[in-house]
Amino acid sequence: MAKFDETPIIKDPAIEGILAPPALREHIASGVRCWPSKEKDTEKINLPASLVPDWQNKAIEKFAELLDKNQALRVYMDICVRCGACTDKCQFYLGTGDPQNFPVARAELMRKVYRRYFTTGGRNVPGLNDAADFDEEMLHQWYTYFYQCSECRRCSVFCPYGIDTAEITMAAREIMSSIGVSTKYVTEVVAKVYDTGNNLGIPAPAWIDNCQFLEEDIQEETGLPIRFPVDDYGADILLVPPSADNFANTDTMIAYGKLFYKLGIRWTTSTYCNEGGNFGLFLNYENLKKVNRRIIDAARMLNVKTILWGECGHAWRGAILTPTLNGPMDMFDPPYPYHIHQLLVKLLRQGVFKGQLDKSANDHYVVTYHDPCNTARAGQLLDEPREVLGYCVNNFIEMPRDTIRENTYCCGAGGGLLTDELMPIRMAGGKARALAVKHTQANFLSTICAICKAQLPDSMKYWDVPVEVGGVLQLFTNALKY
Amino acid sequence: MESSTVIWSLISYFLIGLAYFAALAFALGMLGKLFGYLRTPMPWPEVTTPAPTTEGGAVLRVLGDVTLFPNLFKADKWLWVGAWLFHVGLAAILFRHLRYFTYPVPSLVLYMEPVALFFGYLFGAAALFLFWRRMALPRTLYISNIPDYIALALMGGIATTGILVSTWAKVYLVDVKAFVLGLLTFDPVMPPQHPLFVIHFTLVLLLLIYFPSSKLLHAGGILLSPSRNTPYQVQTPGKRHVNPWDKPLR
Repeated sequence: MAKFDETPIIKDPAIEGILAPPALREHIASGVRCWPSKEKDTEKINLPASLVPDWQNKAIEKFAELLDKNQALRVYMDICVRCGACTDKCQFYLGTGDPQNFPVARAELMRKVYRRYFTTGGRNVPGLNDAADFDEEMLHQWYTYFYQCSECRRCSVFCPYGIDTAEITMAAREIMSSIGVSTKYVTEVVAKVYDTGNNLGIPAPAWIDNCQFLEEDIQEETGLPIRFPVDDYGADILLVPPSADNFANTDTMIAYGKLFYKLGIRWTTSTYCNEGGNFGLFLNYENLKKVNRRIIDAARMLNVKTILWGECGHAWRGAILTPTLNGPMDMFDPPYPYHIHQLLVKLLRQGVFKGQLDKSANDHYVVTYHDPCNTARAGQLLDEPREVLGYCVNNFIEMPRDTIRENTYCCGAGGGLLTDELMPIRMAGGKARALAVKHTQANFLSTICAICKAQLPDSMKYWDVPVEVGGVLQLFTNALKY
Repeated sequence: MESSTVIWSLISYFLIGLAYFAALAFALGMLGKLFGYLRTPMPWPEVTTPAPTTEGGAVLRVLGDVTLFPNLFKADKWLWVGAWLFHVGLAAILFRHLRYFTYPVPSLVLYMEPVALFFGYLFGAAALFLFWRRMALPRTLYISNIPDYIALALMGGIATTGILVSTWAKVYLVDVKAFVLGLLTFDPVMPPQHPLFVIHFTLVLLLLIYFPSSKLLHAGGILLSPSRNTPYQVQTPGKRHVNPWDKPLR
């Protein structure tokens, strides 16, 4: 991984955790690409397994279809003035120095093709209009750089027109997937959801086992009869966690259990759908909708009163699309879609936990909070996690203003990038966040996203930031008295 | 007949023809683009948060974007200064040009006469600064393409000739006004026999023709950016975002 800027961040001249734009090194990151998808996965998710015959025309047809279906794409293809405001805002450029990771350069890969096939000028005088054929070289560039974008939208916050590169990346990936070009990681995950109900491919018996194991564990540790119900018909709440909470981030899973135990709420997870994180977002509309539909179906199968989304960024992004994708949710108790931290804030304000929180339980931590891109920039969840932390933590320190809330940096692995072959990009992309955390000198990095919780321990270690990574809910239940 | 008279009448016919062609191309081009944007639905609520939760709030957010460029201010202070002065200068100049189109001239236009040239220089200076920045910063140089330079060259040419006909080689106002009003009333008369004015006017017409197929579309497109003009109403009862082209799952 010696290709990128390996300057140790402690010596970085950057102040306040903000990275200075590195020198341009064109195509330095072009060698880092995802593995291509496998037939066993693509056939399950209704996609061609390899490059289809006549792929150029098919791709342009798909492009035309998306231009007619998506206003954002149509407008954003035309109105960019290349002012450069976004050029130093993407963590993947800041980490790699590859100017193709400028949000504008990434989008221009698509605009060049747009101008060539959909504008009068570009069709007739491509040279004068910066238009380019959709040829093998261009497809290669698309595959490389649209899979070095985590769809985090940081650039859209700094664009004078709010041009959202996530929309452009999503469209480019949809076009590519329609002609048989997709990544192993994303297609594998979506296929696993159809097989097992979750992204990690945990079969139902293993899920139940894990839950029982957690119950025994907590019983031993605390003596409390905390339960992790599975497929409990008629429960009040169906919790849709990221499946990683049951497997890797068990501290967060335990926190759900403790919270609901304390509240005396009858809750359940579902083995039909024990996953909120929707990888259809990184592939195409059809799978986005099908994956998300499983949540509604699971809730109906179990006849629950309402659905609660757990600590997962992409799940929340899917959640806010649910009424649009899968029909009105009026068979459930409002409000919907509902996030566990919104519920928690409501209860805290009502005084439900008055006198039952001991902040000093977290006194060995200096806590900072990493805004996951999807909760902050797509899902309006900026104050809720902070409010919860205010109730359960004494030592809280914010990272610099340019790196939090709507300006937050992506952890470096969202948007379908959390895969080993992209490790150099992930670590480079994580540099900006690592620098900001280091600046705070915190020893606990809290967040509310499973992908962040998987990426941040790796990137913090790589950039030598001694910090523990965990959930906000985990800190909350630490402070809760039983 | 003197040869210069022949040349001037040829130029006149060319200019008058080009004017009507440019007006038509601009109108049709813009209508086509606008129709394209407006008939295209947004399949999901595409909002960059934190966002206003009411329609009124979203309107204010877009109005703020149009007048103050807050995102640009956050992104790059120098760029904001250049871009904002550029657009303020442009708006003032366009407003001041009403004196060539209207009769009687609105009094506000006449009041700004003493400072009119100042805005011309401001616009020119800001355009030069933006051009310099585009060339001087490695990041912007990397992303600049030929259409960017075409747009800047057209704007720069218009500004330069515009300032010159107002100062160094003044064009006779009454002639200009007669010519423009003639065009507007479909009763064209000869343009002023002033080469710099002819160049200025031709460049403006070329810009109009170029406008609908260029990045200058940001002028209207800024109003239609879903990430900015959509209120966040995901949890608001009765405000479900409907995707018109969606089909139920099998």
